[in-house]
Amino acid sequence: MLSRKWVAAVAVGALMVAGQALAADKKVVAVSIPAADHGWTAGVVYHAQAAAKEINAAFPNVEVVVKTSPSAADQVSALEDLSASRKLDALVILPYTSEELTQPVKAIKDIGTFITVVDRGLTDASIQDLYLAGDNIAVGANTAKFMIDKLGGKGDIVVLRGIPTVIDDERIKGFQDTIKGTGIKVLDIQYAHWNSDEAFKLMQDYLAKYPHIDAVWANDDDMLLGVLEAVKQSGRTDIKLALGGNGMKDIVKKVIDGDAVTPVETPYPPAMIKTAIYMTVANLIGQAPVRGHVKLDAPLITQANAKEYYFPDSPF
Amino acid sequence: MTALIQSAPASSARQYRFSWADAGPFLALAALLALGFLINPDFLSPTNLANVITRSAYIAIIAVGATFVISSGALDLSVGSMVAFIAGITIMFMNIMAPSLGVWAIPAGMAVAVVTGLLCGLANGLVVTVGQIEPFIATLGTMGIFRALITYMTNGGTIPIDRSLREAYRPVYFGTVAGIPIPILISAAVAALGAFVLYKTKYGRRCAAVGASEDVARYSGISVVSTRTIAYVIQGACVAIAAICYVPRLGAATPTTGQLWELQVITAVVIGGTALRGGKGRIWGTIAGAVILELIANLMVLSDFVSEYLVAAVQGVIIIIAMLVQRFSK
Repeated sequence: MLSRKWVAAVAVGALMVAGQALAADKKVVAVSIPAADHGWTAGVVYHAQAAAKEINAAFPNVEVVVKTSPSAADQVSALEDLSASRKLDALVILPYTSEELTQPVKAIKDIGTFITVVDRGLTDASIQDLYLAGDNIAVGANTAKFMIDKLGGKGDIVVLRGIPTVIDDERIKGFQDTIKGTGIKVLDIQYAHWNSDEAFKLMQDYLAKYPHIDAVWANDDDMLLGVLEAVKQSGRTDIKLALGGNGMKDIVKKVIDGDAVTPVETPYPPAMIKTAIYMTVANLIGQAPVRGHVKLDAPLITQANAKEYYFPDSPF
Repeated sequence: MTALIQSAPASSARQYRFSWADAGPFLALAALLALGFLINPDFLSPTNLANVITRSAYIAIIAVGATFVISSGALDLSVGSMVAFIAGITIMFMNIMAPSLGVWAIPAGMAVAVVTGLLCGLANGLVVTVGQIEPFIATLGTMGIFRALITYMTNGGTIPIDRSLREAYRPVYFGTVAGIPIPILISAAVAALGAFVLYKTKYGRRCAAVGASEDVARYSGISVVSTRTIAYVIQGACVAIAAICYVPRLGAATPTTGQLWELQVITAVVIGGTALRGGKGRIWGTIAGAVILELIANLMVLSDFVSEYLVAAVQGVIIIIAMLVQRFSK
């Protein structure tokens, strides 16, 4: 009897130690991202959660924890909570703002955590081990290149820009630098704040003001939806191209379906968060070297490759 | 009774005597149209005017309700978020009902929109009146609640309307009757009804009396609680009607739908001659105010001499000048 009890106790004890060892071996990857407040961030949340699910299933010794925050201040608190309760092996962060998040991320770096920064850089670049972002200049430039080709190097176009930010400025700069010296003439450029309703109104006004427009570029797909509705209502047939940018599923679907007015799309994919999480885990698990700067290009999405960028279940 | 006696002759005088103060918003509107024509003759083209007046319909319809709330001495900041919330509920309901009801899902969805609007308005009204919370704070709270709910319902993305309903519902925004776009007819009907209630009924006079002086109204036997609550319920109904016209335009609701509309609505009401502190409501002035706001934005795009970076500043200046013109024409 006594010996049996001992055996049981030893067995339980061994299990506990093994369990402890397993828990200790489990690498924790925290992912801190903004909460979904518009299409693009909704896509980021979707892809981060998808990556966490896939990795947690594939690697039993890795745990990916996703935390969303509705503001910069909340994101700072979330970082404190995440790092207080356990040791983080890696942090993947899409910072709300560069300035406010720099110090809190540095504090986590100082306790020996691998830092991956996505999309928006911190003010001190030495903090990050891996930086991954899209290319906003390429978004503008590649759209412009396609437009120049398609219109035969000349034409009158109108442009809708977003909210005055670096992202918007870079896209517009990439576009304008590329059309410089060609026969493409920008008739008008105005802000529509990345909002479908404002874009609808602005496009109605453009149509009233200019009797002939060859093409429209809205530097974001939310705006493109409003533009297309206004063009449809006007019944005008002079608009040969209406292009957007970002990779919203509704627009990618148009490309897949071979839409005549919107035949291509330029991605600034929210799925980049997934790339960042996978790369970080590859470093932790497979010792794959990933330190450095990774810039995703914005290759044209055409009917041929559109499937790669189409996520029917994503909110974006 | 004082308030009743005071406001009754004032309203009958308005019908018979020409008043410069009441005509203010319409003079401003006429001036803006003339200015617009000088800048770009396309401004007065029928298509452009029809576009601009049609899209001012949402703000105009909501602002009719806001005229009641503001003239009763309260305020509603939640209307923009409420439009988004009601549009979301309506689209979700229509999409669920589409397989079984077919095109009849549209009128059913409209009914759901109106009921939701009435309930949202009632909730705002009760928090303000029974809960005795400052209207600014109470509706700032519900503004956040409605905005969060639409964000939650859409997962931050969009709720598009079912493809089978899209074409059938489109005419509610894009269609015309006898050449006049339907949203213009709807906002005219809402305004006519609003003007009748505010100027010709007992409730309308109570509304102004409560806004002019709560204490005097109370001593006159007017229930401040029910008068204000009803004003919020009217506001909710107007927001629902606006949402019904909104959904067919882009066929979707998003977390950014109706953002900052509350400020446009309040501006339209004040440009229209309604006092922000309450006690006086001008329905037709409100409509003129809503059209003026939309015309200014249109004019900014049609004119070439305002930099894209300065549009908002010029809009602000024009609004302030319009208010000054009104002030000194009194």
